[in-house]
Amino acid sequence: MVPLSWYIGLSAVLFGIGVIGFLVRRNVLIMLMSIELMLNSVNVSLIAFSHYLQDLRGQVLVFFIITVAAAEAAIGLAILVSLVRNKSAALHTDEITEMKG
Amino acid sequence: MTPKMFFIYFAVAMTFMSVMVITRRNPVHSALWMIGLFFHIAAMYLFLNAEFLAAVQIILYAGAIMVLFLFVIMMLNIREEVVAERFIGEWPIGVALGIAIMSMIIYAISKLEPGPSGEYTIEAVQKITHTKAIGSILYTQYIFPFEIASLVLLIAVVGAIVLAKKR
Repeated sequence: MVPLSWYIGLSAVLFGIGVIGFLVRRNVLIMLMSIELMLNSVNVSLIAFSHYLQDLRGQVLVFFIITVAAAEAAIGLAILVSLVRNKSAALHTDEITEMKG
Repeated sequence: MTPKMFFIYFAVAMTFMSVMVITRRNPVHSALWMIGLFFHIAAMYLFLNAEFLAAVQIILYAGAIMVLFLFVIMMLNIREEVVAERFIGEWPIGVALGIAIMSMIIYAISKLEPGPSGEYTIEAVQKITHTKAIGSILYTQYIFPFEIASLVLLIAVVGAIVLAKKR
């Protein structure tokens, strides 16, 4: 039997990698993928808790998180597409300066 | 012993794949590593007796969300992206913050005390099948959050169309 703390540790490591990816990359696409990575790591920990505490509420929560992740990816990518359409090569975060007065 | 070996394989592979996702130069490669990562996560869900969510993970994440990402990557021109600098100038600060958050969570694990167990033991779930067990909770206790989730999806659909529309 694998202890519960191993799963939570793995989830913490994945979450940390997602945070690092979100903070250090310049590419908006990969920042969005890092957000998905963070959401998935939380899902792993929720399912591990729900398995070890023998309660299905964690899995219901994962269901909602997957829904929100799909919505978030759709909106984020739509914003990205409209950014690139308005200005060529705005794929980098430090080139997005349209809001600056 | 064998479950632990499997877990160690999955942990190492998932960590490696997520590092590959955030370090690849080409977003297509990142997306492909991400798909591999999602398959591993789905296998881990099977490991934790969550068969329905493993199927949802593959259908929704690997099948829908990553395909959406790949569509957008192929719509955009990434040719100049491949030669540009990958990381921001202040990347050590980002790495330090990520490691700080990671170590904080890992420190919190050592203080973890599991709460009281629920009624859905593995035998009870297997008796009424996993999908049915999840459905019976989702459509009774969580019916209002379920409706709100449908509203979130509706707003996402409308918002994506309005944002990406040519004007």
